[in-house]
Amino acid sequence: MNRFFKSAPAVLFLLACGGGSGDRVVIQNRGSDTLVNVAQAWAERYAEVNPAVAVAVTGGGSGTGIAAMINGTVDIANASREMRESELEDALARGVSPVEHIVGFDALAVFLHPSNPIDAISRAELAQIYAEGGSFVSWTDLGVTVPGCSSGEIIRISRQNNSGTYAYFQEAVLLGDEFKLGSRDMNGSSEVVELVANTPCAIGYSGLAYASDHVKMPCVSGDEGSPCVTPSKESALDHSYPIARSLLMYTAGEPTGAIAEYMNWIKSTEGQCIILRLGYAPLSQVTCA
Amino acid sequence: MPDSRGQGAVTSSSDLDYRGRDWYVDKAVSVLVFVGGISAIVLILGIFVFITREGVGFVFGPMEVWEFFTSPFWRPTSLSEPTYGILALMAGTASVTGLAMLIAVPFSLGAAIFIGEFATGRMRESLKVLVEMLAAIPSVVWGFIGLTIMNPLIIETFDVPIGLGVLNSGIILGLMAAPIMTTIAEDALKAVPDAYREAAEAMGATKWQVIFKVVLPAAKNGLMAAVLLGVGRGFGETMAVLMASGHSINLPTSVFDSVRALTATIAAELGEAPVGSEHYRALFTIGIFLFGITFIINLAADIFVRSGDKR
Repeated sequence: MNRFFKSAPAVLFLLACGGGSGDRVVIQNRGSDTLVNVAQAWAERYAEVNPAVAVAVTGGGSGTGIAAMINGTVDIANASREMRESELEDALARGVSPVEHIVGFDALAVFLHPSNPIDAISRAELAQIYAEGGSFVSWTDLGVTVPGCSSGEIIRISRQNNSGTYAYFQEAVLLGDEFKLGSRDMNGSSEVVELVANTPCAIGYSGLAYASDHVKMPCVSGDEGSPCVTPSKESALDHSYPIARSLLMYTAGEPTGAIAEYMNWIKSTEGQCIILRLGYAPLSQVTCA
Repeated sequence: MPDSRGQGAVTSSSDLDYRGRDWYVDKAVSVLVFVGGISAIVLILGIFVFITREGVGFVFGPMEVWEFFTSPFWRPTSLSEPTYGILALMAGTASVTGLAMLIAVPFSLGAAIFIGEFATGRMRESLKVLVEMLAAIPSVVWGFIGLTIMNPLIIETFDVPIGLGVLNSGIILGLMAAPIMTTIAEDALKAVPDAYREAAEAMGATKWQVIFKVVLPAAKNGLMAAVLLGVGRGFGETMAVLMASGHSINLPTSVFDSVRALTATIAAELGEAPVGSEHYRALFTIGIFLFGITFIINLAADIFVRSGDKR
């Protein structure tokens, strides 16, 4: 529902404009809900930069966008995860060779209730908490007691099973293992943050852009012996943060014409300042006005 | 005037055949009423055909009927081996609806008896309006209340790890179903002829005796229909349950456990399931199942009302 409301104004705007101006090029852009805000901000700004091109942005999820790109109904697919093997095979079978464009980075933050004493957590510990067969069920398994959480039970907050964030967490933290069933699967990143802020026993994860002052973000360490890094745009940018993902756009074949110009503009300073302003890390250090 | 066209002869005489504004308005309204009348049937058939068409590929394809209804493992996006079991989802819907009815039935019957039998004048009218206003609160608002107000409240009151679960969503759903049940139950009480009450009072029955021994038994079928429509409301509610139940695949053993409802699963997953995929079709199969249950509940309510009318 969220994404509908977010993308609806842009679509309506484009429909309203589309009628009058005859030979405008319209680029269709669909996919990830993580990226939908950014994609829309890009589209709005680009309408001023290059009035001859209109970009129509819709959400629907990474999988939806990729499927539409393969079918040829959209020009650019937004994805917060990489294309799956099966999707790639499907594309090749239809004579489409997808090209991946990295357009930014997102640190996947781990959220705890502010009263939780944990300041550092490792990827392996997260896997013990979230993965099927993982042995951590109580906060005492991590050596702490959480004030306000008398039962000590770890309340796992997760995402619905087809979100890109869920898929990335499964790949990067659980290393492809299944999630333990019984997690509370929220329907949006902001609901994860809201619930963790109100629940002392809880742990949750989502994109850094959704963090609020009412939750605590521990530093996360990757493989054994590696340092514990606080999630931030900077640590996502220099790749020191272990669970940062690439934000991607896919085109069917190398882009040409208006699409190529648009992709280049996204990677330019102006495009990268927009993604930075919305809480994600740009491709490289940029200086913004 | 010789006539070979039967009835047409009368209207074809020149002064009666005049087709003025009134004639067209009359015609237009009757067409409009007819379309309005059959639209419900057309729409419901259309929805049924659509849901079935989208889900049928799963029912006759990869679905294992036994596993579908008896496995608690709902893992449609598993990378290794997707499993489609809705047992936990059915348990979630049943437990939330069950608790909601435990809460809503006494409240709404009590409210209906008070409004119908005791309250008079202004009090009665304002109560009716207030109850109907309760029904107008959007379900996403109820869900938000569950997520942000009830969750911390339940955590503190009962000292449980999380307040999203059967209790939270049962209370919310009970409050949502109560107005409908109250309104219908009150109508059922009103339908009991005053002669029954007067006869009982004439025989020296107290007010309570009149209500319990005469009015309630006489309105039995209408009250049953009210309860069943409340159950239907509970089964179909999506947004509030999605937000207040915790949306967790779990066979509940206590009222504090988080659960997941059938409707909420469709709402959460359909938007991002690629159209035509196995996952997408499995979700529509849940839709067929829900459609069937709701149909049976509403049919039962209707039968109760009708059997009441006959007497």
